[in-house]
Amino acid sequence: MRARTSRLTHQRVRAAWLFLAPVLLVLALVAGWPLLKTIAYGFTDASLIDPASAKFVGFDNFSYLLLDANWWAAVWNTVVFAVVSVALETALGLIIALALNAQFPGRGGLRAAILIPWAIPTVVSAQMWSWMFNDVFGVINHILLALGLIAQPIAWLASPDTALLAIILVDVWKTTPFMALLLLAGLQMLPQECFESARVDGVHPLKVFLRVTLPLLKPALMVAVIFRLLDALRMFDLVYVMSGNSRDTMSMSVYARQQLIDFGDLGFGSAAATLIFAIIALFTVVYLTVARVGRED
Amino acid sequence: MQRRTKRLIGKSAFYLLLAVIVLYTVFPFYWAVVSSLKSGSALFQVEFWPAHPQWHNYLAVFREQPFGRNILNSLFVAVSTVALSLALALAAAWSLGRVRFRGRTLLLLVILGVSMFPQIAVLSGMFELISSLGLYNNLLALSFSYLIFTLPFTVWVLTTFMRELPKELEEAAIVDGATPLTIVTRVFMPLMGPALVTTGLLAFIAAWNEFLFALTFTLSGDMRTVPVAIALISGASEHELPWGNIMAASVIVTVPLIALVLVFQRRIVSGLTAGAIKG
Repeated sequence: MRARTSRLTHQRVRAAWLFLAPVLLVLALVAGWPLLKTIAYGFTDASLIDPASAKFVGFDNFSYLLLDANWWAAVWNTVVFAVVSVALETALGLIIALALNAQFPGRGGLRAAILIPWAIPTVVSAQMWSWMFNDVFGVINHILLALGLIAQPIAWLASPDTALLAIILVDVWKTTPFMALLLLAGLQMLPQECFESARVDGVHPLKVFLRVTLPLLKPALMVAVIFRLLDALRMFDLVYVMSGNSRDTMSMSVYARQQLIDFGDLGFGSAAATLIFAIIALFTVVYLTVARVGRED
Repeated sequence: MQRRTKRLIGKSAFYLLLAVIVLYTVFPFYWAVVSSLKSGSALFQVEFWPAHPQWHNYLAVFREQPFGRNILNSLFVAVSTVALSLALALAAAWSLGRVRFRGRTLLLLVILGVSMFPQIAVLSGMFELISSLGLYNNLLALSFSYLIFTLPFTVWVLTTFMRELPKELEEAAIVDGATPLTIVTRVFMPLMGPALVTTGLLAFIAAWNEFLFALTFTLSGDMRTVPVAIALISGASEHELPWGNIMAASVIVTVPLIALVLVFQRRIVSGLTAGAIKG
């Protein structure tokens, strides 16, 4: 009997590897190999037109990169974008999740409505909002003028002071639903007894929220925030469509692609891409470590 | 009496909040629809209801660029990516979810790690790979490269679904001497129907919306997918964008997505949260 079980286990493990093989092969081909190749190109002077004639240049690309003010502008834009938009999304998402967690008629309809921004392609949202932000014909300036909040139309996307803000607002609109749904799922998994006893004791709702809901929701919150931050740090389409390669809003990904494709500098662009990968990987490791330490306390 | 007024105020404030949320989420799309129905100078006047709706822009989009072709391109790429991902991921999910073997946790972590890859980090390597395969400016390049984000996600979600199915299911089949292949195709596939629909839908939306690879790996107008086509619509001059056409194109590609999302609302929410929370 035992012999038969172990043979069966053996057979199953073999089948498991066999079934996994195609996925592993494809991932190696679409992720592993291109990543290694990108890192390798980062140490050469390869050009897009003729990659074969590349010569090894050591850390030259990286040292140029660290001296390029445009690169640091892109890093700064990306960090501001990621921190501000994720903070706003979390706050708004939490409000929407709490509202959706209450019982009221038409709740399903509201949940459907907030899925709309999530379903709209990023490029489409970028275009829709660019039109709304249009300095002369845009509905946003129209409404703000009518309400007397501004005296002159604002050139939202053309002015360096407001362009990044406008892009952040679009990202907040687009991704708050994702945040709200994740937080709502987290809220619905919380034990109801805590809230019940707090209500019986007549504790103020705000106190319940700060002392009970928020601490209990923390794991779900941490997961949702890391997902969004990772997305925000690699942001490309929104920035590219709304303001192209403008230096005022350029994100790290836009910078790297411009070097790679528009300027055809495969080596230098790959170095930038490698650095982006390293930054995001490092950030993920630090975040997960901090989150784990926090959980053990 | 006072308590009742207080409750009434609280309730009205709550419904006001709900109204603001709905307005905030729905208005931009509503505005795109309204703008797409205006033509000529009407587009440049702010009217919250189109007094004379016209279809002019919708016809112009198809006339002035190969937009019909772009839609077919997007459909082809998204459908082929989803089919490939689901087929590969289903088998892998059985291995990762139902079989105990050494290195399983490590593999799951590697797969999760790949899903966190910034696309830009593989762009140059992928560009070279695609050129050397002769797939530059070919839709197959997109079907292939999109697996980098659809595959880790589908494997991960299907594995969590697979794990939750009861153990007895398989035991009966094993006693009958079924091979692993029979178990996956005959026992699990029928049960995984809903999970496959959910993950397939999410992967479809991700592939349909992708921009960076589509922009970089295609060149000619008739090879573009919808997001690239919409991003690159241009007018007579750089400063004169045909906003009417852009809005019409936006509405055309968004309406089917919104319909899908509304129909499969519950499934999508459960898929999104299964991917994030349980992981």
